[in-house]
Amino acid sequence: MRKYSDKKNAQLKNYYEDRFYHAPVTKKLSTEGSAFENDHQILSQKFELKNSFIELDFWVIEINKDDNIAILSKLKSLGYEAFNDASAIDFVAQKQGFEVYYQLLNMEKNLRVRVKTFVGLKERLQSVMSVFKGANWCEREIYDMFGIFIINHPNLKRLLMPDDWYGHPFLKSYPLHGDEFAKWYEIDKIFGKEYREVVGEENRDPGFVDEKDTLNFSRIYHEVGKGEAPRENKYLQEYQEESGVPFVKKVKRTQVKILDKRR
Amino acid sequence: MAEYQKMSNAPVVLTTVDKLVQWGRSNSLWALSYGLACCAIEMMAAGGARYDFDRFGTIFRASPRQSEVMIIAGTLSKKHAEFTRRLYDQIPDPKWVISMGSCANTGGMFNTYSTVQGVDRIIPVDIYVPGCAPRPETFQFALMILQKRIRKEKASRKIAPKRLI
Repeated sequence: MRKYSDKKNAQLKNYYEDRFYHAPVTKKLSTEGSAFENDHQILSQKFELKNSFIELDFWVIEINKDDNIAILSKLKSLGYEAFNDASAIDFVAQKQGFEVYYQLLNMEKNLRVRVKTFVGLKERLQSVMSVFKGANWCEREIYDMFGIFIINHPNLKRLLMPDDWYGHPFLKSYPLHGDEFAKWYEIDKIFGKEYREVVGEENRDPGFVDEKDTLNFSRIYHEVGKGEAPRENKYLQEYQEESGVPFVKKVKRTQVKILDKRR
Repeated sequence: MAEYQKMSNAPVVLTTVDKLVQWGRSNSLWALSYGLACCAIEMMAAGGARYDFDRFGTIFRASPRQSEVMIIAGTLSKKHAEFTRRLYDQIPDPKWVISMGSCANTGGMFNTYSTVQGVDRIIPVDIYVPGCAPRPETFQFALMILQKRIRKEKASRKIAPKRLI
């Protein structure tokens, strides 16, 4: 059930209520006194942690990008043995770089940690494949979607996009509908560039129907073959043609029989 | 007494080679199943016992070499477009294509960089089945319309190469 709300002043409400969703600001708690306190002590003695807090039961630590292998292997020895995910966030416009994160899980104590690091635009990141095998595809996806180069990765090539794709689609500068390259990708690849004129541009509005175009569109029940003159009268498509095949029992729309129950 | 004697008919039926061949063709359409997304589930349902495509002589094949119809059911990504075209080229003539569902027809709601905005950009389509996803009955009707269309064609005539657009 939907939550009850007063609908009497629904129109007025628009003026004083923000209609857009704002992500709530979550609390960032200290690790002191939490289950992560011991792990935090061990890590901070050995490595430089830029930041460390607990957010929504996740222990979040921010590290230097060159420490990623050492810190992840240390966390692994502390019991965070399951590698869940790694990906990146585009902060090119704000900070000239990407935020790369790794998410680990301690299955014995049911604790989760997110390791964040910052990679500048022309910087490279070390692969953590030597610590977690599961990082293989995640790092390929980071390279594919953001263009962050991963050093020492055994097979750094595109994962989701085709090998010959141009550009990195998860960059915020990448257009959602694709650039000129994406627009003609399959045509260029299959037929060649000279075929662009024959096929034409992608129709990016599938709901668009040109009513004056009788060659490609027609009203429902007024369909005709391509190039034929438009039909005046309504016409119900029958399964069988009039001069059809003998032996086959004719089925007509006018003679349908609706069964009350299944036989 | 035989049936034809009761009806006082001759036990002979006259027809043309065209009709006979196309009747045979229309009733043994083997389909290259090409399920790509949610529409594939509806396609499977149509092949299952409740809707039962086998009674139309339609059997799903996993190989293009023994197929006549290519049924594109689902979202075609640009990465996959090349292989779709390759499979289409491997089907022997005569061949037909059914584009099943909004995604295959126009890219559907995936108006993005990585989705082909309609399979008719790369292969010639004979029948477009609307819906997201179309029900098995819709798909079944589309197949019946295709059968009807095949019966109208002339088997003895040379098949003109199909063009895009």
